Amino acid sequence: MHPAISVICFTLFSGAGYGLISFLCLDDLFDLNFTLSGSGRLWLVAVALVLITVGLLASTLHLANPRNAWRAFFRFRTSWLSREGVFAVLLYPVALVWLLTLWNSEAGGSKILAALTFCLAIATLFSTGMIYACLKTIRQWNTALTPTNYILLGFMLGSLILVASGAGNVTIAVGMVGAAALGKLIYYYWIGQPAGPTINSALGFTRATVRLLDVGHGEGNFLTDEFGYEVAKTRLIWLRVISIVFGFLVPAALLLFFGSAAGIPAMLSGFAGVFIERWLFFAEARHVVNLYHGSQST
Amino acid sequence: MKLGLVIDLDTCVGCHACAVACKQWNTSGTSGPLSDYDPYGSKPSGVWFNRIRHYEVDDYPNNKTINAPMSCMHCEDAACVTVCPTGASYKRPEDGIVLIDQDKCMGCNYCSWACPYGARELDQESGTMKKCTLCVDRIYDENLPESERQPVCVLTCPSHARFFGDFDDPDSEVSKQVRQRSGYSMMPEQGYNPTNKYLPPRQPPAVETHKPRQVSREEHAAEDKPMAQIQRWIAQQLKRQA
Ligand code: SF4
Ligand code: SF4
Ligand code: SF4
Repeated sequence: MHPAISVICFTLFSGAGYGLISFLCLDDLFDLNFTLSGSGRLWLVAVALVLITVGLLASTLHLANPRNAWRAFFRFRTSWLSREGVFAVLLYPVALVWLLTLWNSEAGGSKILAALTFCLAIATLFSTGMIYACLKTIRQWNTALTPTNYILLGFMLGSLILVASGAGNVTIAVGMVGAAALGKLIYYYWIGQPAGPTINSALGFTRATVRLLDVGHGEGNFLTDEFGYEVAKTRLIWLRVISIVFGFLVPAALLLFFGSAAGIPAMLSGFAGVFIERWLFFAEARHVVNLYHGSQST
Repeated sequence: MKLGLVIDLDTCVGCHACAVACKQWNTSGTSGPLSDYDPYGSKPSGVWFNRIRHYEVDDYPNNKTINAPMSCMHCEDAACVTVCPTGASYKRPEDGIVLIDQDKCMGCNYCSWACPYGARELDQESGTMKKCTLCVDRIYDENLPESERQPVCVLTCPSHARFFGDFDDPDSEVSKQVRQRSGYSMMPEQGYNPTNKYLPPRQPPAVETHKPRQVSREEHAAEDKPMAQIQRWIAQQLKRQA
């Protein structure tokens, strides 16, 4: 799949924003030992909302006809993309009212609103993952590990932002890094297993070899641009290594050795690693239409 | 009704006439125009509803060239419709045709990701998704003579490799073809239940292309005697007569 920068930025930034706001909600509900001052909490909620907004705006950049974007809320009953949009938009008023109750500590109901915001943030992250996971056409995405990883990586980035702001809990952040790394490693193992349709089942000739003679068009087209994206195997492996090192090993090591003092470099490294991870998520996905263009398997 | 196409992989000669006719008709049809990018430049490209690809099946001497035209299969379980967030993609309950409302599409590409058959292509000019309409603006047009109320790709095919009809009617041409020739679906394991069916190539025995005659030295010497040469000539003539 063609890795579109707009979609990568969307899942990266809004993912981090939802992770951050989820942790702030959890802290309001259960007190996670964050060293947050009242105004610090307000600022962080605002940062989370800005990250979410930047991500959502980036996502609209990949629409070819954004004039009709408002219609995307209508197919809530069948489409995960629609659900994602609805949850994302619902979160704003709830989070803003929660922000108000935090600001004006006399107003009650903060806990209920925190719980609601948390549920909406999780629902949005889950829906984002399901946008990809529900596609039977791309076996590298069509797994429960996809939404799991979206949620884990969002939470990981959220906890790293918290530590970088000086308020976070290093143990929680290291735990999240470990969980996200584990999820990603299981995912890489999973997609390494041969599975899915082949050129034979794609064309219905299952008892003989099938080779492409000619695709029928001299230059590229929408299908080859969108789905034909391919990167050399060795480069993919190197990028995997780099994303694991920057995304998980460096932040974990920094936090373990230097504690919250190394929060900012740990966060930056985490973002860089997850950016490459997101790029790989697209670059490694092989759509079944490639079988018709000559791939023997996906 | 369950309208769709049957495509005969045995007789398709891979001439691309159906694709060209499709482009010509539909560019001024309901989903038109089918934009071209850089049509006279060095890298011409554009939107097509129907594409023909060419494959070689099996190994020498049993190899065979297969031309596989593919357009929207008007699937019964069309995930391209359910994933569409705007409701622009829809499947008509009355005849099963899958269409895209050009006024509602926001060009997110999501439906094209969900389609296993590469049937959907984004038009960069209009910013909307486009695909085969099963020539919906022909097949019900009462101004056309009845024999022409068919998709233009079907009418055009010079080798009669394409059939159009109602799969719900067991006596329709398409149902009969599928029954008699073991019509099948492409990539059925994706679970989309495509309506369009493909007829497999017939299996004639492999043609012997070269088989050297084994002749021993004695036979060769015997054959070279004048009497043997005359006998052989007579035998050949008789064989030719028969
Ligand atoms: S072939 Fe593709 S576009 Fe057509 S109905 Fe099936 S999934 Fe949808
Ligand atoms: S049915 Fe019509 S739109 Fe579909 S491939 Fe044939 S000519 Fe094109
Ligand atoms: S016109 Fe007929 S023979 Fe030619 S490619 Fe199309 S289906 Fe095949």
